Amino acid sequence: MQKTMTNKEYQSYVEKKTPNSKTGRNVLRAFLVGGLICVVGQFITNILKMMGYGQEQVSSVVTLIMIFLGALLTGLNIYDDLGRFAGAGSIVPITGFANSIVSPAMEFKSEGYVLGVGARMFVIAGPVLVYGISTSIVAGIIYFLLR
Amino acid sequence: MDNTIMTYVSAFIVGGVICAVGQVLIDKTKLTSARILVLFVSAGAILTALGVYQKLVDIGGAGATIPLTGFGYNLVTGTFKEVDKLGVLGAFTGGVKAAAAGIAAAIFFGYLMSVAFTPKAKR
Repeated sequence: MQKTMTNKEYQSYVEKKTPNSKTGRNVLRAFLVGGLICVVGQFITNILKMMGYGQEQVSSVVTLIMIFLGALLTGLNIYDDLGRFAGAGSIVPITGFANSIVSPAMEFKSEGYVLGVGARMFVIAGPVLVYGISTSIVAGIIYFLLR
Repeated sequence: MDNTIMTYVSAFIVGGVICAVGQVLIDKTKLTSARILVLFVSAGAILTALGVYQKLVDIGGAGATIPLTGFGYNLVTGTFKEVDKLGVLGAFTGGVKAAAAGIAAAIFFGYLMSVAFTPKAKR
């Protein structure tokens, strides 16, 4: 029966199938890479805890190290290659936040150190801070009123 | 020792699932990565305020704190702690205080790396 399919039918069949399997592949890659980046974070967390640091110090130092790594790997042109493979798996972790700062800043260095590097650093990080901090302030005020 | 291995397994699964959700949003809604990041910070902050995200952090450890939703979690837990101490002023000081290390590191390391390195030639 398969052979009686016309070219057109086959094409629409392919079109129906491919987007799904492509999404499936992308999601699997995002899961694997995102999961692995978090395992690295957990590894640093476990080591710091073993060294006897308190909970708050640990979370600050882990964030610091992960951001350093994300920024360094972006500078070395490794993180963007990872991003092409992993999609959201490399965008969503905090290393991706560092990537979103370094990548445009490096790109626009030719426009100078103030409006090139200094301003472009915040093309994505700026909105993240605006919405993150504003949401936390609203949540804090509501918490204060309901307390 | 078994406990240590379990922390890696749950960090992998929780972190992986959060990133997979991001990928589904990118593929199905065509949201840009900037919007995904903004969405994830805000979602993390709101879920923390509702008391949901703490459970995810208890289970997933770094799997819940390393994704950008964890940045929102950090902001709101800091805010609530400071509101308990200082009242309404804490709503303005607590979040940034708790996230200070991350914000300062992102600005400083981000700047250093941007100045030190140049992007690969366009392909």
